Amino acid sequence: MATGFFTDTTLCIGCKACEVACKQWNELPSDGFEFTGNSYDNTSELSGTTWRHVAFVEQMSVDPEGGLHDRWLMSSDVCKHCTNAGCLEACPTGAIIRNEFGAVFIQPDVCNGCGYCVVSCPFGVVDLIEKFDPEGTHYNLASLSESRLDSKQTAVQQSGGVAGKCTLCYDRQKVGFVPACAKACPTESIQFGDLDELRARAKARVETLTERGVEATLYGADDVGGGIGSLNAFFLLTDRPETYNLPAQPVLPSTRQPAGYTAAAVAAVGLALAGWMIFRNA
Amino acid sequence: MPGLGTSFGRGGATVWVPDLQNADCILIEGSNFAEAHPVAFRFVMKAKERGATIIHVDPRFTRTSAVADIYAPIRSGTDIAFLGGIINYVLANDKIFREYVEAYTNASYIVGEAYKDTDELDGLFSGYNEETRSYDVSTWAFERDEQGVIKKDPTLAHPRSVYQVLKRHFARYTPEMVERTCGTPKEQFLKIAETLAKNSGRERTTAFAYAVGWTQHTAGVQFIRTAAILQTLLGNIGRPGGGIMALRGHANIQGATDIPTLYDLLPGYLPMPSALRDEQTLDAYLKTNTKATGWWANTPTYMISLLKAFYGEHATAENDYGYEYLPQLIGDHSMLPTTFAMKDGAVKGYFVIGQNPGASGQNAELVRAAMERLEWFVNIDSYDNETVSFWRREGADPAKIGTEVFFLPAATVLEKEGTMVQTSRLLQWHDKAVEPAGSSKSDAWYFNWFMKRIKELYADSTDPKDRPILHTTWDYDHDDPHERAKGEPSVLKVLQEINGFNVADRTQVGGFTELKGDGSTACGGWIYSGVCPDARTNRARNRNASGEYTALDWGFAWPANRRTLYNRASADPSGKPWSERKKYVWWDEAKGEWTGVDVPDFPKTKAPSTPADKHAKGMAFHSGADPFIMNVDGVAQLFVPAGLQDAPLPAHYEPLQSVVENPIYAQQSNPLMREWIRRDNAYNKPVDAEYPYVMTTYRVTEMSGIMTRYVPWLAELQPSAFAEIDPELAVSKGIKNGEYVTISTALGEMEARALVSGRMRPLRVNGKKIHQIGIPYNYGSMVAFARGDSVGELIPIAVDPNVSIHESKTLTCNIRAGRRRAHHEGRVDREVPPDERTRMGEPTF
Repeated sequence: MATGFFTDTTLCIGCKACEVACKQWNELPSDGFEFTGNSYDNTSELSGTTWRHVAFVEQMSVDPEGGLHDRWLMSSDVCKHCTNAGCLEACPTGAIIRNEFGAVFIQPDVCNGCGYCVVSCPFGVVDLIEKFDPEGTHYNLASLSESRLDSKQTAVQQSGGVAGKCTLCYDRQKVGFVPACAKACPTESIQFGDLDELRARAKARVETLTERGVEATLYGADDVGGGIGSLNAFFLLTDRPETYNLPAQPVLPSTRQPAGYTAAAVAAVGLALAGWMIFRNA
Repeated sequence: MPGLGTSFGRGGATVWVPDLQNADCILIEGSNFAEAHPVAFRFVMKAKERGATIIHVDPRFTRTSAVADIYAPIRSGTDIAFLGGIINYVLANDKIFREYVEAYTNASYIVGEAYKDTDELDGLFSGYNEETRSYDVSTWAFERDEQGVIKKDPTLAHPRSVYQVLKRHFARYTPEMVERTCGTPKEQFLKIAETLAKNSGRERTTAFAYAVGWTQHTAGVQFIRTAAILQTLLGNIGRPGGGIMALRGHANIQGATDIPTLYDLLPGYLPMPSALRDEQTLDAYLKTNTKATGWWANTPTYMISLLKAFYGEHATAENDYGYEYLPQLIGDHSMLPTTFAMKDGAVKGYFVIGQNPGASGQNAELVRAAMERLEWFVNIDSYDNETVSFWRREGADPAKIGTEVFFLPAATVLEKEGTMVQTSRLLQWHDKAVEPAGSSKSDAWYFNWFMKRIKELYADSTDPKDRPILHTTWDYDHDDPHERAKGEPSVLKVLQEINGFNVADRTQVGGFTELKGDGSTACGGWIYSGVCPDARTNRARNRNASGEYTALDWGFAWPANRRTLYNRASADPSGKPWSERKKYVWWDEAKGEWTGVDVPDFPKTKAPSTPADKHAKGMAFHSGADPFIMNVDGVAQLFVPAGLQDAPLPAHYEPLQSVVENPIYAQQSNPLMREWIRRDNAYNKPVDAEYPYVMTTYRVTEMSGIMTRYVPWLAELQPSAFAEIDPELAVSKGIKNGEYVTISTALGEMEARALVSGRMRPLRVNGKKIHQIGIPYNYGSMVAFARGDSVGELIPIAVDPNVSIHESKTLTCNIRAGRRRAHHEGRVDREVPPDERTRMGEPTF
């Protein structure tokens, strides 16, 4: 059974419980303590050790009388677990697999940290996990499970240098648990479940919102284009995807291969012709 | 607490959180609900999904505003004017729920001729004594006939009826006046007033939710009173999806009031004996505090049962059940006045447990400087914090500080068992999940150990003054040998004692109705009675959410497991639900009892037709249609003739530190508020050109305080102190987003990172443009990952007259780009000469 996330941004209150629950369950370190001044977003982006990230988009009118039209959009971003995943296609070692839940999963013990997946992700999700630095403030953990107290680092930190991203809580799913972020979300903005069911629910939700006069669209419930197909983690948005830092037209890198090879072939033929022309005269 | 208490009878929230989903409209004001209570906010979102209109009124556009249907900006501290404006709107346009108001409130009562309103006296009520800054409240009394019965006019037409007094009192709170005072555009205000009116009445209900945004003001109690009056006029109290949700800031803050950590209360809202009142003997105490009619006629039963729980076999009828052992108040011993006394050298020792006043206290430097005068200081906490480390703060010289500091490690909540009583008055038991780390102990361990040790030290004493120690019962040893060996007491035994038991055979009582005033029962906190009705049952453990949505088998809500208080009012006077849609508790004629989805908050078999016996004592004084059983007369108090020191009806006063003159009355601020005018507690002058901006404080969802500052996953989300500033002000002051700014008041300076955002916006108040600056209250500068100056450095102490709550939500300040000076530079000599000092025990009210 393929499972996934339906993130309904109209229900998000920006509490970031998903970020914290994800880090706690997966024993991910903090990414440092930087004040960005970018609304309430101080973690900035998904990284090798931040697998859920809440975007804050302020749309405030400058007209002091315009209070009723102000919006502050919040959306919890995550790996999309694409039908055709760029990272999976690019991985030369076979570390990235599609598991029994339809999720794209990186096996840390197979990954050699080449980074091909990082540049192949159409959404900029995958990143390399920094090498463990016991002195570094970036690697503060709130807790360690007892089994790892001796090494003073978590599984993720032990595999520093390899690629990291959301596993769709593979370990939790295997024992029948809901992923940590969906479990922690207080307003059911993040919903987890069977994909067919989630998609049906999402479409019904769009209808409800449309009736109430809210312009809502789904992102990734159906084919998102660019050869990627549908997304196992899809979103309900009330603005254009770019507003939430989601690409409007994501493209799977491998779809550019035929054009690339053709261009290369044309160039080769062209060069050969040019060479023949030059040398014929000589 | 007295805002709700004097209006309805009990100080707790009138509703419980999940009931919010039944509301047709929710007004959130004085609270950043989504950020401060994200889990409870789930039920607001559910209501929204069911079609309810969510309204948020706040100085800042917050994460709550982001999901609200209507957001309106307001100048911080002007909520009485805003809500008063809505009261005026519903009265003037006859939008009240008239049948409800006629039947269930004191609207028809006639106010005495001596009463003069703020409307006539320009901001003061009758009976004001300027010298003592107090009111003679006898001028606020109702008119009575020869037999002492209050005169009424059921038609509400009498010019001195509460209804007409209300109308006149709020007549000047027009939409234009609201706009001038609050800065809320008139159209937005009217839209909100209309929405509330439209969603109240027989078929629909509106709920209010507030938090410390309403309480922490020098007129804080009156903020709540304004909401109580409005919700009563709209007929929303005691009904599903209605009520007033008082959101408590911490997981157990309700519990800490019920079984209080407050100096002036005993468990179950019994007053602490006072030397300033006629309470020197038990008889005198009971005479002063027992109400002739209503539920509080039971005061003797609860007080004597409490003394039996305290002193066991040593509490006998002959020795007034040990009443004399209780300490008596000789003044205001609440935290802030005591801090001044400490600074002046009148306090020797200080315990701080689970709090960090050295960072988050008001006038935090006063707190830390005061601690230098102590002989000893004990801190029980899980983390190093700014309070226990006061001696090594910036600018302090440890060599000159004589205070002996004891830092005892505390177990965290997961490392101990016990109950927490949250905002819905729900007791929920939690087990110990893991053993405490290192040598940490539970708070209960420490107090068990202290008391045993003290008893040991006095064991041989024959001095009568030591009897309170020797005669206090103390038998909480754990039954589990493992826990007993570690010295952990059984908190279940404490809960069982709070529940109450029959003294003769030590069997548990089933509830407070089984308690007796003859010494045959003991009860440590009558309002929780019923939580452990027998030796094997602990209803706080219940975790069954099936069945009705009221989930009566989930935890135990005081009193008597009732979820919505005053729920008799969900039915009309004849006992039928006001409407099918809003059915909750009703009279079952066939069975001859009250029934419904909740535990009825009414004598179970008292028929709606039961007439009132106006000469009876206790509950018989109430008719079968008087839903507010705790109140003397069984109805909600629109007008409060006694019980509050500063007003029978709320009037808008400016905060002590305000940027404008009061647009509504000549009286600038609450005449009864209490100030400490001394050099270590400097106030900005009202309308001070040096401090032209409004400053408001709050917490953010990612941070609470010392506990969260140490969690890296939370610290990375909000790593440092910041100040929210509107773009216009930022431009005019040369402030760049993300860079440091320094905020100053007469008391001091703090630095923070600038967060320039359109979510903050200037308001037009009384023709003047007002900028508001928001500063989160979460930080401290000495320890943990998330650090920054505390806004407590900027807040001088001034308190409300009823509950000594400080004013920390509305202040004035100045701001500039750049970092602050070092604290020791420019800090004026704050040594206080003797004539400015507070004497310990001085009656200050």
